[in-house]
Amino acid sequence: MQFDSITAFLDMGGYGFFVWLSFGFGLIALLTLVLQSKSALKRAKSDIAKRIVTEQKQKLAAQQQNNHR
Amino acid sequence: MWKWLHPYANPETTYHLSDRVIPWFGWLSGSLLTIGLVWALLFAPADYQQGDSFRIFYLHVPAASLSMGIYLGMAIAALCGMVWQLKLSDAAVAALAPVGAVFTAIALFTGAAWGKPMWGTWWVWDARLTSELVLLFLYLGVIAINNAFEDKQMAGKAASIIALVGVINLPIIKYSVEWWNTLHQGATVSKLGKPAMSLEMFWPFVVCFLGFAFFVATVTCIRFKTEILLRNSSRPWVKNLMLEQAK
Repeated sequence: MQFDSITAFLDMGGYGFFVWLSFGFGLIALLTLVLQSKSALKRAKSDIAKRIVTEQKQKLAAQQQNNHR
Repeated sequence: MWKWLHPYANPETTYHLSDRVIPWFGWLSGSLLTIGLVWALLFAPADYQQGDSFRIFYLHVPAASLSMGIYLGMAIAALCGMVWQLKLSDAAVAALAPVGAVFTAIALFTGAAWGKPMWGTWWVWDARLTSELVLLFLYLGVIAINNAFEDKQMAGKAASIIALVGVINLPIIKYSVEWWNTLHQGATVSKLGKPAMSLEMFWPFVVCFLGFAFFVATVTCIRFKTEILLRNSSRPWVKNLMLEQAK
């Protein structure tokens, strides 16, 4: 262990601001990337699912119209 | 080898392969990053010149080398796409570009936050920094082109051309510290033979680097799945898969 106390750890030998700025930015950037990637996958799946449902409805409607004739 | 590789040109096989490897990559990345970052921030020694500001290294260098590694991977995918007309290659290019852009941004940002206390300035227009900024613009160009076309196939072709032309930037970044006078220090880790750093600093770096590399693999697989789905949305296997998952 290189630091005696929490304060010393946060201070980083006087470079605390720069070290935590870097790691803070990295953490936020990577978290955003993961969350965005996951939500994009979810959105793609739900869009495709919606389209399948619409297509099926259209097919059904077309069949019913044909039956009435 | 071709016989072995052949099934992976099929989007369905590759989709399921990425699906299977994601949890493994994710767990590897999570545990390696936890070990590596605790080691780097708490236990690795401070630098004799730079003190504790040196700890930025454990984020800055993996991010910078991965930003170049991802670009190389993206360019290889683009080349395969152009030569063999593989649609999956376009999906790989589209999946890799945003990941690479984020890692380039991290490399630039942490570099600035490290430069301020060490060089006295956030930014200088020197060879290393400028060429890395160009890399960010190349990534943004590939992303923008992929989003600009309605037709995915055309978008993939245009994006692949940009990705391939941009490869020229990689050796420029890599050797910029040797070819030009620069504030940026020379290579620390990748010197052939022994790394130019003490092993107490080298090992936590290796663990962090592997952790970030598996992170890239995880996120890329997630994005790759999305791109495959978007490009194959009217195929029967996608329809069946969606119906299965909707149950």
